[in-house]
Amino acid sequence: MQCQICNKRTATIHLTEISEGVRSEMHICEQCATEQGIAAQSQISINDLLSNLLASQPSDDELLGAPDEVSSCPHCGFTLDRLRKDGTLGCPHDYETFQNSLLPLIERAHNGSSVHCGKVPTKIPKETKKLAELTRLRQDLERAIHNEDYERAAELRDAIKQLD
Amino acid sequence: MKLSDISNDINDWFSGAGPLADIVVSSRIRLARNLAGYKFLNSCSDEEKSKILETLKGVLTSLDLGDDVFYFSVDDAPTLSRNFLVERHLISRHHAMAEGPRGVVIARREFFTAMVNEEDHLRLQVLKAGCQLPACLEQIDRIDTMIEKHVDYAFSPRLGYLTACPTNLGTGIRVSVMLHMPALKMTDQIDKFLAAAKDMNLAVRGLFGEGSEATSDLYQISNQVTLGVSERDIVSEFEKVIIPEIVDYEKAARTQLLDNQVDILDDKISRAMALLQNAHLISSQEALFLLSHLRLGLNMREHMQASTPAIERLCALKQQESTPDTDAGLSIRTINRLFMLTLPAHLQLNHGRSLGATDRDALRAKIIREALHRSS
Repeated sequence: MQCQICNKRTATIHLTEISEGVRSEMHICEQCATEQGIAAQSQISINDLLSNLLASQPSDDELLGAPDEVSSCPHCGFTLDRLRKDGTLGCPHDYETFQNSLLPLIERAHNGSSVHCGKVPTKIPKETKKLAELTRLRQDLERAIHNEDYERAAELRDAIKQLD
Repeated sequence: MKLSDISNDINDWFSGAGPLADIVVSSRIRLARNLAGYKFLNSCSDEEKSKILETLKGVLTSLDLGDDVFYFSVDDAPTLSRNFLVERHLISRHHAMAEGPRGVVIARREFFTAMVNEEDHLRLQVLKAGCQLPACLEQIDRIDTMIEKHVDYAFSPRLGYLTACPTNLGTGIRVSVMLHMPALKMTDQIDKFLAAAKDMNLAVRGLFGEGSEATSDLYQISNQVTLGVSERDIVSEFEKVIIPEIVDYEKAARTQLLDNQVDILDDKISRAMALLQNAHLISSQEALFLLSHLRLGLNMREHMQASTPAIERLCALKQQESTPDTDAGLSIRTINRLFMLTLPAHLQLNHGRSLGATDRDALRAKIIREALHRSS
């Protein structure tokens, strides 16, 4: 690509400017860039690069959702500060106690999902099992509709109706 | 059972057998489970950890797995024994280094292990040779259901099996395969594989998990999403999409080496043979790296009928009479055996005492030299 200013040398600097929603591009050579006062920062320190990258990552606070009613779990005393430190929760009840805070983090870790679909222990109460089965069927239904498999969707709809 | 009963040979899943074994070395599935009524381990006292350990140890050692099952206490084991279990993939590094009462239940043939008090109360694992994920799933599911008859798992109908870390929530399943991909490395295309793995939402690790990326061209890929998708769907995606795609990359790279870059291939194999047959000091890293090239040569011969000068010389190698391995000629099994048995903890356990780094390197070099002597 040729320099848009001198029309001679190869353009090695590519500028993209977005001003008031309008995008403009400019391709120029290093010499013209210097003459125009456009400094080509050729050596960005690795530290600058890393800190810029880190700054663009969402912080823990952005990953966590709306605050919950309590700040520590009545069963194990766990607080969200400990999740930041250890990466693990204090007890199974924490998933309920901190459900608002944890939801965005769970969805982020699981490709947007927040509902279980899969094996269910045989020993759990019948009602719980029914609930899990309904969740699974509803999810299958959504997938069938997404895939435009309407025959399967109709079967699933009937199965849901029967179980509900 | 003592660890020295198993330390002299490789386990079944590392035998080099099984479907697609020229690239897929082994398949593994693990399930994370926690007992209802207890806190997660980070919040447990040693007393509570002991209770969990006793409960699960009792259930696990009475399981009918069609094989002898034995329990090994990890917290009071010497460091060498713990490192040995890590080298054999029977416990994780995390389990070896953790604190407090903990242990592992191991099936004699090592297709099944259950870590108690790792990050979760229970981590079940099934391993098989080659590409056998559906069989792993079937077996681990059956074992999990047997255990569940005796204990109550922490489970929520909405979130599934509740795990200490939200990243394992739901099915608690980690499906992984260990892949041998030396040709992608030799043809400078390993980035292609890493990018594909990233696109497919997979985690890539080295032979021994985190931080061992560069070891021996062996990579473990595993699922990261455990919630909102069933165990069967995860396994099916590995079987039908992920593994075929990655295997095709490596196969194409092997063909490329044979068609256009025989010198690169033969150079790597010849150097590996020369060093392994003659070196008197060899580090574990170097051995893993060089044995990887021999494995590639043998697999290309067996699966692609490759015939290059270096592969011919490699195939002409005979094993020494005194080695217990009775396979005719040099086999993948021999390579894998050298691979595992010369790892630091294996070497020392089989030698009967701990050794300094130089002594280990000398012993390793001697074992490999003796196994790879030239045919007369």
